[in-house]
Amino acid sequence: MIPPMLSANPRLDRWVRFEPDGRARIAFGRMEYGQGIGTSLAQMAADELDLPMARLHVVPAATGEIPDEGLTVGSMSTEFSGPAIRTACAEVRALFIAAAAGRLGCAPADLEVRDGAFLKRGEPTGLDYWALAGDVDLARDATGEAPLKPIERMHIVGESEPRLDLPAKLFGAAFLHDMTLPGMRHARVLRQPGPRARLASLDEAAVRRAAPDVDILIDHAFVALICGSEAAAARAYAAAEATARWEGARDLDPQLAEPASLKTLPHETFRAGAPAPEAANRRRVTATYGKPYLAHGSMGPSAGIAQFEDGRLTIWTHNQGVYPMRGLAARITGLDAAAIDVIHAQGPGCYGHNGADDPPIDAALIAIRRPGPPIRVQWRREDEFGWAPVGTAMLMELTAEVDASGRLVDYTAEIWNTAHTGARGTAVAESALDGYVEPGAQPVRMMPDGARFSGGLLNAIPSYDIAATRTVEHVIFPPPVRTSSLRSLGGAPNTYAGESFIDELAEISGQDPLAYRLAMTSEPRGRAVLEKLAEMCGWVRRGAAGTGRGLGLAYDRHRNRGGFIACAAEVEVEQEVRLVKLWCAADAGLIVNPDGARNQIEGGMIMAASWTLKERVKLGGPGIQSTTWDDYPILRFDEVPPVEIALLNTRDARPYGIGELSQGSTMGAIANAVAHALGARVRDLPLTRERIAAALLAV
Amino acid sequence: MRRTIQLTLNERPTSIEVEDTEVLLDVLRGELGLCGARFGCGMGQCGACAVLVDGKVSPACAVEIGSVDGKAVLTAEGLGTPEHPHPLQAAFLELQAGQCGYCLTGILIGAKALLDMNPDPGRAEIAQALAWHLCRCGVHNRVMDAVALAARRMREAVAA
Repeated sequence: MIPPMLSANPRLDRWVRFEPDGRARIAFGRMEYGQGIGTSLAQMAADELDLPMARLHVVPAATGEIPDEGLTVGSMSTEFSGPAIRTACAEVRALFIAAAAGRLGCAPADLEVRDGAFLKRGEPTGLDYWALAGDVDLARDATGEAPLKPIERMHIVGESEPRLDLPAKLFGAAFLHDMTLPGMRHARVLRQPGPRARLASLDEAAVRRAAPDVDILIDHAFVALICGSEAAAARAYAAAEATARWEGARDLDPQLAEPASLKTLPHETFRAGAPAPEAANRRRVTATYGKPYLAHGSMGPSAGIAQFEDGRLTIWTHNQGVYPMRGLAARITGLDAAAIDVIHAQGPGCYGHNGADDPPIDAALIAIRRPGPPIRVQWRREDEFGWAPVGTAMLMELTAEVDASGRLVDYTAEIWNTAHTGARGTAVAESALDGYVEPGAQPVRMMPDGARFSGGLLNAIPSYDIAATRTVEHVIFPPPVRTSSLRSLGGAPNTYAGESFIDELAEISGQDPLAYRLAMTSEPRGRAVLEKLAEMCGWVRRGAAGTGRGLGLAYDRHRNRGGFIACAAEVEVEQEVRLVKLWCAADAGLIVNPDGARNQIEGGMIMAASWTLKERVKLGGPGIQSTTWDDYPILRFDEVPPVEIALLNTRDARPYGIGELSQGSTMGAIANAVAHALGARVRDLPLTRERIAAALLAV
Repeated sequence: MRRTIQLTLNERPTSIEVEDTEVLLDVLRGELGLCGARFGCGMGQCGACAVLVDGKVSPACAVEIGSVDGKAVLTAEGLGTPEHPHPLQAAFLELQAGQCGYCLTGILIGAKALLDMNPDPGRAEIAQALAWHLCRCGVHNRVMDAVALAARRMREAVAA
């Protein structure tokens, strides 16, 4: 079978070509943004082609240069792009072997490839990929017939190859933000205070006094200040911001930041799963958990460059996909997609759909109104926090029925959230343009298996053997602020809630939380990570609750179909939570790059710890009020605990995604450790000093 | 006021004519073409633009160029090159201490200042010294391990 990404881009030369310099040009449609995907996919290509990594030239992503694999999202690159690049490379290798066999008059089975050269029964033949490049036409569609290498014969997959993109980032210029193009101009955009606000007046003379070279572009509510330098654009912006008068500014109720407020907003309801339980001799337990709106919090505010020349628009972006950016720019500018080129450059980590789509669209809107020079838009920190879409708040009302032995037999997850992918394919600048019509709810996305997908139901049902389960999802529309995919979508918050709830059920039943979980986990790979974790964290030493020191654990299977993971946390709680240590045992199947996998898993754990203990977006006025790092604290170096990770089953045939594997079980483990330390449960995130104090008072 | 500023930039005498109220970060990244100091917040809250001014860690986004007249400024470019990396850069590469990498040049500067003062810092001292620097990818432990590794190498080099 041809992998879906390959059947969507079947021409082999879109994936692999041999260049005259003795390297193989490898292209794939996934964006590198620090997660190491470029290196992992190159490792798979190198193994299938029998080439060392140094012989690969991984082409930078750009429309026309790479296959169209859509967006780089959802922890799916290794799992879905991997088979495509492997299948393409295996077929290319087989075609070249056949060509070499033809020239040498031998059977293909007599040949092997070493460092790109063809050996016949171990002896050199004088032929290599490059010598045969003229014999094999790669401008043909893949058949998918060449067998993939068995894992045991893969030597580069499974090695901790150093990241290809990291060195540049340690020495100086490395990012889109560092690009300078000839004649480039710098622009800043005055944002509307809310999508319905219209510009009433602007003191243009004051703006010109601040920046004499400024070009003021006003098109309805879209106001751009274009200057020769970033500093001048900043001065122009400050003067414009101080003198602009708007009509119809938005004034949000700060209470909308609270997850509980989701229940008050318009929504559509979707039900799935088992019918309502019939009356039986069971105990029913209900608990409600909340997770606030969260910022992606990229270290670098987003940036983009656009140039419109001779009817062609070129966009430089660090977003999650060059082809989707082309489609977005075509829709917003009205240009034909064929007249738009999009070039990817490195950017700060995005962890989902952050502001990255927006500055390039700002720049494109300016560029088509000011043809000629490249226009660079660098968002400020306040822009990234204030105008980038955020991860939605969630309210999770969980109901369980347990039988006389305490075993969980019926489970209902009722969830309120906005769509986790609601801002996809939109830009904040759009509402400023003439003729803007507020979009309706995005059509429900369908999964290949026919299920609808909002992102909110991922891991809504815990990954255990439960006889009857059901979900009720309320999708709020319109959302009070733009919401978008944030690493794991609803998966991590749902696991946070579900695994907190499982601990509460274990406690009600008088059972040890680990034993309670194992008793309803028949999946051997799930049991294995739980048992390994218990050994790593010394679960047997776990003492009584309420001592101020706590040990907790949590478990899930990513999206209930991917990798298996169990995490544990040890905490000390006085007024605040101090993380003593975090542990993780994970089985994500085939690990392409073990060091990279550990890096991703640990990074996900630290980010989840930060979400759990510190983070919450504040709303009010025109939108988001938490626009600096002082307003939106994240976990710091002196708050980060040591982390221990074990990877299991790493040479299994099938790889699962790891980028969003570890957040949910880390959140659950910390929440359970805090509850163990306190002898009381805080169900609303983040677990702040005030909430801990309130929980202790309630005991 | 427009005037000529003399400074020692990455160990080289440099003079530049600027408005003395211009922000050091803008001048470094603009006229001087040094992008090692990165724009993160513009408020001195994140450490992405850290440079050394006369050996002291400073957020280049919150320093006026006029105030560094006659002083020594060190950016990540002044630490080392891919061919001749500073022991810190070598250790960060060896331990793959990074994901997106946006915060790393600022952290390298913070770590350099620490090791200049304390050649043998423990984990808590490293964490304390870097507490101002934010990292969103969660590579803190690798970074702290890399700083400790570089410190050990540097001590061994001095002893040898």
